[in-house]
Amino acid sequence: MEFRQAKLDNGLEIVAECNPDARVTALGFFVKTGSRDETPELAGVSHFLEHMAFKGTAKRSAEQVNREFDAMGAENNAFTSKETTAYWASVLPDYTEPTVDILADIMRPALRSEDFETEKQVIIEEIKMYEDQPPFGADEKCEELHFGQHPLAYNVLGSVNSIQQLRVEQMREYFENRYSPNNITLVAAGQVDFDRLVEMTDARCGNWSPFETSRHVVTPPRHPGFHRLQKETSAQQYTVQLSDAPGAENEERFAADLVSTILGDSSGSRLYWKLIDSGEAEHAGLYFVEYQGGGIFWTMLSCDPEKATDNLRLLRSTYEEAEQDGLTEIEHAQAKSKTKARLVLAGERSRRRLFAVGSHWIARETYFNVRQELDQVDAVTLDDINHVLRKYPLTQATTVTIGPVAFNEPE
Amino acid sequence: MTVPAIGRIIPIARTSSVWILAVARLQLAWRAFLFVSNCPINLDDRRGLVTQNLHHHTFDNGLTLLAEPMRGVESAAFTILMPAGAIYDPQDRFGLAGFTCEMTLRGCGSRDARKFIDDLETLGVEHGEGVSDSHTSFGGATLAENIPAALEIFADLVRRPHLPEDKIEPSRQVMFQELRGIEDDPAQKAMQELKRRHLPSPFGKPASGDVESVTKIQIDDVRKFYENSYRPNGCLIGFAGRIDWDETLKLVEKLFGDWQPGPERSVVSQSRIGGYANLPYDSNQTQVSLAYPSVPYAHEDYYRASASVGVLSSGMSARLFTEVREKRGLCYSVYASYHSLKKTGSVFCYAGTSADRAQETLDVTIQELERLSEGIEDDELDRLKARVRSALVMQQESTSARTAAIVRDWYFLNRIRSLEEIESRLEALTRDDINDYVAKHPAQDFTVVTLGPSPLEVNLGVSASEA
Repeated sequence: MEFRQAKLDNGLEIVAECNPDARVTALGFFVKTGSRDETPELAGVSHFLEHMAFKGTAKRSAEQVNREFDAMGAENNAFTSKETTAYWASVLPDYTEPTVDILADIMRPALRSEDFETEKQVIIEEIKMYEDQPPFGADEKCEELHFGQHPLAYNVLGSVNSIQQLRVEQMREYFENRYSPNNITLVAAGQVDFDRLVEMTDARCGNWSPFETSRHVVTPPRHPGFHRLQKETSAQQYTVQLSDAPGAENEERFAADLVSTILGDSSGSRLYWKLIDSGEAEHAGLYFVEYQGGGIFWTMLSCDPEKATDNLRLLRSTYEEAEQDGLTEIEHAQAKSKTKARLVLAGERSRRRLFAVGSHWIARETYFNVRQELDQVDAVTLDDINHVLRKYPLTQATTVTIGPVAFNEPE
Repeated sequence: MTVPAIGRIIPIARTSSVWILAVARLQLAWRAFLFVSNCPINLDDRRGLVTQNLHHHTFDNGLTLLAEPMRGVESAAFTILMPAGAIYDPQDRFGLAGFTCEMTLRGCGSRDARKFIDDLETLGVEHGEGVSDSHTSFGGATLAENIPAALEIFADLVRRPHLPEDKIEPSRQVMFQELRGIEDDPAQKAMQELKRRHLPSPFGKPASGDVESVTKIQIDDVRKFYENSYRPNGCLIGFAGRIDWDETLKLVEKLFGDWQPGPERSVVSQSRIGGYANLPYDSNQTQVSLAYPSVPYAHEDYYRASASVGVLSSGMSARLFTEVREKRGLCYSVYASYHSLKKTGSVFCYAGTSADRAQETLDVTIQELERLSEGIEDDELDRLKARVRSALVMQQESTSARTAAIVRDWYFLNRIRSLEEIESRLEALTRDDINDYVAKHPAQDFTVVTLGPSPLEVNLGVSASEA
């Protein structure tokens, strides 16, 4: 396993984890842009643009793009988050060059007006699909309330209204401001001939002109509070909570990840024993998400509406107890072994390594192989974990609950 | 836990799929929802594959052990397929298989429920349980050296569960929570009803049961179901990953060899409901779902049938994605997938769209399904072969995927297909073969279910040009 990196003259970086034993090559352009780089008028443009990349280029129609990927048997897709937009494909190694060719081509999309109008309908359907699914927008509302004016409040999809209002000229301008080669990294994992990869990338991307891009990173403020939304037709009551957590550049993130595992993993965690095993709740989980400048802990709870007040009390007391008394050595050891096994399992797939290498690089310009990732987990002490619990109290959260019953924040 | 890192699949115990979607979405939005079929065609690519080492052994008590030792991996995965599916639910106890599965997690052998989970955590076992029509399945994956200890725990689970009476009420609550959760998940609700109407009863019944039945289930029902259905005969255990065949054989012999078989059972299939139904539902989108008959997995026409579904839905250049989403922008998610029982195959299709465009979506989808009988193009078949070939190579990076594949092959075919065999079957397919198949088996005899504010018209036999 060898890590290689290179930079083209225009600033485009190429990083790769080369595994000579791999039978698959995974490739992806990771662009450091996402919903946090938008303004309210542009809400959803990053994600809409990601869809438009597949609608054709100067050389290829949309149909050609899809057909060429399929003709190579590529497993390919794209995603947009608050901080990253990525376009990726997993292929058999022989198809590396034609894959780089299409991926590089769609990174310079045509953005044609008629395609823009058709794809707008798809995006609106995607938004409506999520609106029909739990937690019925409570998560977005919670982000808005928690982050206030901070750009991390913007959700990736935008709203039906913002997408309807968006014009293709605005998207073109956003593209011109964000898709500079020095804001893009080509990431590779699996079977990679790195020198050839750099050559073929340079031949296709070397003429892209660079320009200045920047991201405004300030630590987001928080606005704890309790908010209730009514939805008569919902069968369950859904509650989401947001609280502060270490950011992407903070070494405390390893401990934060273990905190979420010990308290809120889908199996064997404190919330599991208190709420799930007893049948009190359908789902109760704690998740850690890192962003530049500040991460977040998400708590998600769904349950019978009649049990919502009691369950919120139970949730609160679970977190209070953890903050006051700390977690235990046994819990620490179990969370470590579970996390390490997951890392090893994920590490066996080239595509997962692509995402791991890519997201580390975009967030921190650092690389760790699976062995180093295991060591990082091992290095976390119980003190580190309890320190994170005290420094980022889960009890000081922004809470939004949605469902058929009306109730106030339990005492 | 960490938010499902991009693309990570979490084995889910007691967590509904919609929550996984919701949690994943906190982090990102995908370009397309890609449906991963349960029964893909497996195809070899000799450049990408090492020679497989496939093993099987059937013990005197009827239990079959299957294994694929793999090189270049640190992990191993196992699947236990128990012939304890929802088809064995008694008439007035729907959901009993699911209820019993839930109860098996509450202590077994020398462990109480707490110790059971704690020990799995310590071994780093990613585990998941599920109930389908024919089976209750238990699966796990972890570092290879921990697999024997994990299997001992699961041997206790299937052979010596405590099924404690004082856990009946919490288990019932878990079942109720699941039933309520489905009510809030329109896509799952539509597909569940489609399956119920399309498949011959008792197949297709939701494993979650219904409120009335789940309310009635008592400890004696659970214990009786366990006694009748958890058994070595018909049970398949599959392993894939860094394992040694001889050691695995010895281990399984030790843990399961003395298990006494249960008496033969038979399930009588009824006729199916079929037809069209709209479930009134208050939502932005209408869920459009439809199904039509195909051939089963073991049928000689399986490869041709499966390829025809691939032309509809494998990859983003496939017909449904192209016609319904890319050209018309009617929906975000649209797919068709092949599904098989032992004796009957089906194709299930799904699209979710705004209520005011649902009729057009259903019309276009049906036209595409019907148009398939007019034949496919050479380049469609070429793309499909390339996709399947590379999907198989990629599957070899996943011990969980391989154990699922070998167990599935054994269940349907009573053997594990070698990759060479699959490759030659696939490579031999011609456009004429498939065209002959689709001409003789046009998409027809649809079961249609929609979920939304108002019913739609099912317009059959209208070509795209007339519409």
